[in-house]
Amino acid sequence: MPTKVIMPKLGESVVEGTVTAWMKNEGEKIEEYESLLEVNTDKVTTEVPSPAAGILLKILVPEGETVAAETVLAWIGEPGEALPEADETPEQDHEPHETPDAESITDEPVMVRPAGRDQDLGYISPVVARLAREKNVDLAKVPGRGMNGRITKQDVLAYLKDHKAEAEVPIWETPADGDLFRPTEMVFGKQKDAPQAPSTETVGPGETLPLSPMRKRIAEHMVQSKRTAPHVTTVMEADMSRVAAHRQAEKGRRQGLNLTYTAYFLSAIISGLKTVPLANSSWTDEGIRLHKQVNLGMAVALPDGGLIVPVIRNADELSLSGLARRVNDLAERARAGKLSPDDVQGGTFTLTNHGTKGSLFATPVINQPQSGILGAGMIQKRAVVIHDAIAIRPMVYLSYTFDHRILDGASADSFLAAVVQSLENWPDP
Amino acid sequence: MAEITLVEAIRQAMDEELARDENAFVIGEDVGVRGGVFRSTVGLFDKYGPERVVDSPLAELTIVGVGIGAALYGKHPICEIQFADFIFPAFNQIVSEAARMNYRSNGDWTVPMVIRAPYGGGIGGGLYHSQSVEAFFAHVPGLKVVIPSNPYDAKGLLKSAVRDPNPVMFFEPKKGYRLIKGEVPDDEEYTVPIGPAKVSREGRDLTVFSYGMMHHYALQAAETVAGEGIEAEVVDLRTLYPVDRETILKSVKKTSKALIVHEDNLTGGYGAEIAATIAEWGFMDLDAPVRRLAGPDVPGVPFSHPMQNWFMISPEKIADAIRDLAAF
Amino acid sequence: MPLSQEKKKEMFWMMLLSRRVDERAWVLHRQGKIAFHISGIGQEAAQVGAVYALKKGKDWLVPYYRDLAMMLALGMTPTEFMMSLMGKAAEPTSGARQMPSHFSLRRANIVSHSAPVATQSPHASGIAFGIKMDGSDAAVLTCIGEGATSQGEWYEAVNFAAVHTLPVVFLVENNQYAISEPQEMQMAVNSAADKACGLGLPGIQVDGTRVFEVYETVLGGIENARKGEGASVIEAKMYRLTPHSSDDDDRSYRTREEVETHKEQDPILLAKEQLIEEGLLTEEDYEKLEEKAKTVVDEAVKAANEAPYPKGNEAAYPVYAGEEVQHG
Repeated sequence: MPTKVIMPKLGESVVEGTVTAWMKNEGEKIEEYESLLEVNTDKVTTEVPSPAAGILLKILVPEGETVAAETVLAWIGEPGEALPEADETPEQDHEPHETPDAESITDEPVMVRPAGRDQDLGYISPVVARLAREKNVDLAKVPGRGMNGRITKQDVLAYLKDHKAEAEVPIWETPADGDLFRPTEMVFGKQKDAPQAPSTETVGPGETLPLSPMRKRIAEHMVQSKRTAPHVTTVMEADMSRVAAHRQAEKGRRQGLNLTYTAYFLSAIISGLKTVPLANSSWTDEGIRLHKQVNLGMAVALPDGGLIVPVIRNADELSLSGLARRVNDLAERARAGKLSPDDVQGGTFTLTNHGTKGSLFATPVINQPQSGILGAGMIQKRAVVIHDAIAIRPMVYLSYTFDHRILDGASADSFLAAVVQSLENWPDP
Repeated sequence: MAEITLVEAIRQAMDEELARDENAFVIGEDVGVRGGVFRSTVGLFDKYGPERVVDSPLAELTIVGVGIGAALYGKHPICEIQFADFIFPAFNQIVSEAARMNYRSNGDWTVPMVIRAPYGGGIGGGLYHSQSVEAFFAHVPGLKVVIPSNPYDAKGLLKSAVRDPNPVMFFEPKKGYRLIKGEVPDDEEYTVPIGPAKVSREGRDLTVFSYGMMHHYALQAAETVAGEGIEAEVVDLRTLYPVDRETILKSVKKTSKALIVHEDNLTGGYGAEIAATIAEWGFMDLDAPVRRLAGPDVPGVPFSHPMQNWFMISPEKIADAIRDLAAF
Repeated sequence: MPLSQEKKKEMFWMMLLSRRVDERAWVLHRQGKIAFHISGIGQEAAQVGAVYALKKGKDWLVPYYRDLAMMLALGMTPTEFMMSLMGKAAEPTSGARQMPSHFSLRRANIVSHSAPVATQSPHASGIAFGIKMDGSDAAVLTCIGEGATSQGEWYEAVNFAAVHTLPVVFLVENNQYAISEPQEMQMAVNSAADKACGLGLPGIQVDGTRVFEVYETVLGGIENARKGEGASVIEAKMYRLTPHSSDDDDRSYRTREEVETHKEQDPILLAKEQLIEEGLLTEEDYEKLEEKAKTVVDEAVKAANEAPYPKGNEAAYPVYAGEEVQHG
């Protein structure tokens, strides 16, 4: 009997995945646990190890195709072995699976379903189930050494020790509130009645670029945010002279600390949020929820396009240099694709530094369910009037987009003014 | 540090507390001239006199009821019930009066009193000199229930009990009175707080929760199975009420397997509370069903040796239960 | 020491006030304004007479649930009693945890008691034991109904006091009924005082409807106690003029004629007659006292009505002295 290779379903939030590469061709020999294919799910790429030793008999899902989790991707078996009948191989046409019914869910005590294996894993104890979920362990791969071959906690821990890298939890498994890339069906439920966009066919000849999972998530989230919150953007400018002087002095003083303007902007946002706590809130049907923590998200552009918003938790407890260190750490790890789920969760306010590419001011889109986002434009020297004299100062436009359900113009401007105030009155080095 | 017996530790604790606190006094049957049937009050009568080491009438209700009155007046009675089996005539006074006094008077009246009672079998005592009675009292808010397993704890906990402003039930494993020896500082004043349990042996594979004589045996059993590669953690609960849930759950989190051992019979026994605690708050840490090793559900410990041995939990029975659970 | 005229008038006032407070409790119950009342009507002479033998602030009282007149005479205010009837937060016996008339008043050395009868007797002996240990000349008065003298706890308490020559007076308020059971169903002796001789104590009978006779008799017992001559049992006999409690209907076990006959021996009437005979009271004075009592009771009900109830979660404490209860 050949063994199925299925699209892994590694968490409740994951509904589909894209086959990005097959590492074996049909007819090639493969060992159990040997990497068979590469799968891209949302923004993480993982290799799928073979569930059995044998010959790759048949590839059902070609590279570049996106299918629902648990779809059969390929078959492995003995040379010349017949494949099961078409009706036994569900979704030959790669249509998404139906949601498993309640009964089959209760039959399965482990959230991590063993890829390509149907055998009974035996009694799964609560702690083994929990570890498997938390550490992303495929229990089918864990040799059971307990009574009657039961997989014990010690077995899982031993397995984890030997398979450290594999066990890292992908970011998308536990999406954050307000994570830009959180599957929208999780956040908002199915939007079956969403109005259809006008057909592009009428425009004329062109090329259709395939949507990466990340592109799709960004698109869904942006649309949803605009549909949810009435966006209003207010702009003020800030004189960055004192900040620039401070930064220059600190740079000379602290070798090794990459003190970016981002840290100063975050610090100024914290001052603003303290002045106007309403700006650190979320809309709920029960009422406006004021957040006790100040968790600041900062948008980071990724090398291959797209962006991600890692979060600095309890940012208000950090010093300027502490903020700078966190900013650099998160940005580096974001670009290297090494963020953990914790890193992108729980943001209460977001900074987007759109000025790095020359933008002066913008109308950023709120990262739901937050109530506001601050855009910092390019810092450029401009002629400004100070005490009826013209002076040359490093200036920046700050664009604050807020949820008009929560804040009004006056309160929003109070917040923004406090941010400006903080930057313009930066203490002497 | 001197190595002394469990009963000597208890005697020392009372001696030191009588010396420290002029309001403390001992009352019980044969505690005076005789020095107690287990000799736990030896020498105290000569030292403190008949007014502070009081031979009571042969009436447990009197010992406790009078103790409560004296405590209400401001004294700190240490009541001895000769055998835990004889405590039931005083049950009404303990449960209806001592335990509820502070609550029912909205804090106006307190009962700073210790009730000591030797408990447990394996000494040829038959039905009425072998009982374990802790489960009856560990159900009663307002009481504290303490069972030491070694001389150090026995001395430190009894001193804490005398100083506690609440009624404390202090059950002593009488089989261990002279069997269990341990080091106790002889020149240094110390107490052991009522409440915290103690991890008395670290281990990885499972945790044995017990108290009193059974904890002593559990340590022996853990030593035996260590030679077979099983690392059993052993927790001495020490205070049964209020119970130290934090230490219990911390250990369960670590080992993921729990064996609860007491010699009191199984059904409605104290182990049920520990098992329920683990099931309620530690479920997601469990790698095996919670096991209880307890006395059989018969009305008492029989007298004849073969039957007594059948009833009693031994280090060997605990070792078997550990092996069984470790293999799960 | 003979009673002064002023003292006699004061004692009569306490009896009258207690009666009117007690009667108002019945009225409030029949109006549906309170849930429960247990009465001391008919026992005012025994109660007031007995507590006037005590030294306020020095001696101790361990009462039972009919001792309203004792409570008022020792300083519980009518408002405080009304609050306890209504379960109001500030009532001083238990912070409204106990049913009404389960007395306690720490500020007056009046110890909390429970509902199971005779449980308080050993406490009285224990307090007396503490007093003796301290060499103090304080004394203890403890009260009980004749039915409760059937309890082993009462015998044990009296026995211990006798053995140790303790400064305590055991007052039996024999009102001839324990709910429905008459005295002959409780004891085969003529008087609870007769039980004392078997325990080695003097047993004295006194007419419980005669306040000044009770005073003299109890004073004798208290003075003996104070002098270190030990305990005594005093039975004050009277008649329970009301049903056992607001939940009882005494027509099912005794005739109206029997009750009416005893109303002729109402201790309030007897005391009034005596004071008039002795020239200490006129009808006019009496009317003034009645008016005063009515005003006091009206004001007490009004104040208690306006007092707040406890919050539900106040029930969480105090389980232990000095601590709040730990939930879960």
